[in-house]
Amino acid sequence: MNFPMEPYLALLLIGFLPSEVWRWLGLLFGRGLDENSEIILWVRAVATALVAAVVARIVLFPPGALAAVPVEVRLAALGLGFLAFLVFRRSAFAGVIVGEAVLIGGAAALAP
Amino acid sequence: MSQTPIEPSPATTRAAFLNGLGAAWRSIFAYVLVGNYIGIGALSYEFGFSLPWMILSTLVIWAAPAQVILISTLTTATLLEVAIAVGLSSARFLPMVAALVPLLKAAHTRQFQLLLPSHLTAISVWVEGMRMLPQVPRAERVPFYNGLGLGLLSAAVIGSVIGYALAARLPPLLATTLLFFTPIAILMSSARNSTTLIDRLAFVLGLVIGPLLAAQKVKLDLMWTGLVAGTIAYAVHRLREKWR
Repeated sequence: MNFPMEPYLALLLIGFLPSEVWRWLGLLFGRGLDENSEIILWVRAVATALVAAVVARIVLFPPGALAAVPVEVRLAALGLGFLAFLVFRRSAFAGVIVGEAVLIGGAAALAP
Repeated sequence: MSQTPIEPSPATTRAAFLNGLGAAWRSIFAYVLVGNYIGIGALSYEFGFSLPWMILSTLVIWAAPAQVILISTLTTATLLEVAIAVGLSSARFLPMVAALVPLLKAAHTRQFQLLLPSHLTAISVWVEGMRMLPQVPRAERVPFYNGLGLGLLSAAVIGSVIGYALAARLPPLLATTLLFFTPIAILMSSARNSTTLIDRLAFVLGLVIGPLLAAQKVKLDLMWTGLVAGTIAYAVHRLREKWR
């Protein structure tokens, strides 16, 4: 069953609602908590680890065209980008540029 | 010390909002989002959605993975399947918003004033917000975060419109670099953000445990990674406090 005639209704019911409900729950859960409380330290660690897992997932199990780049190139791009970040006084721009350059270079060099 | 709630003046609120907006466009994430959403715009064109629908989906969902799932499965999977997949991909917002709220609210903040900041919370906004908010006066944090969130949201909308227009004309190598933007920018920004042992440990453990659980085909692997890695990081932090 799908909604060819009602894409906007589908957007609200199965796009907006299942996503937004977690934000509302987060509001309820976070209310009344102190930012230095032990539980918030733990919740923050959980959220940080989750974000890291998203990074790992995109690099190791990538979507679309990125999957065509060998996994070694993807990991090297991430690692060398991080190294550049450290070398260039914690500059995120430097890290992204070096990482992307390694990715393009590696993909081009290893292209059949 | 009195705890009288002092509401900031409208002028202060406006200035804080504009500061947030400016911070959004000085953040690397504005450019990452443009790139990332070029891909999503092109995807929605390929699947036959209209441009207004595409823009609205960014405004109301504001979570790239959920949007990719919705766009790519709406025409083939059952509605229930799609809703569950979208819901699972967005479960990360619960701990993120819960950790944000205590940092965001001041004594005068009402609960409904947190609805917009919580809706604007996406990974990019959260990472930048958690880093920047401690430097913002507490009374001005909600408007600042709203500016930050709306600034980054507008970058995403701009990217999606460009992508929709470019559609299938994107060469594969360019598509590759755009897709790689997201993970590398999150890595950089989190690294800049992590100054405490617990943050760093949680991030590194998440990087390691995430793929392990995913390789075992554990259901809800992202959620479990967060819980397991976050709890270990927290436990190490507690032990270290104890030994001091």
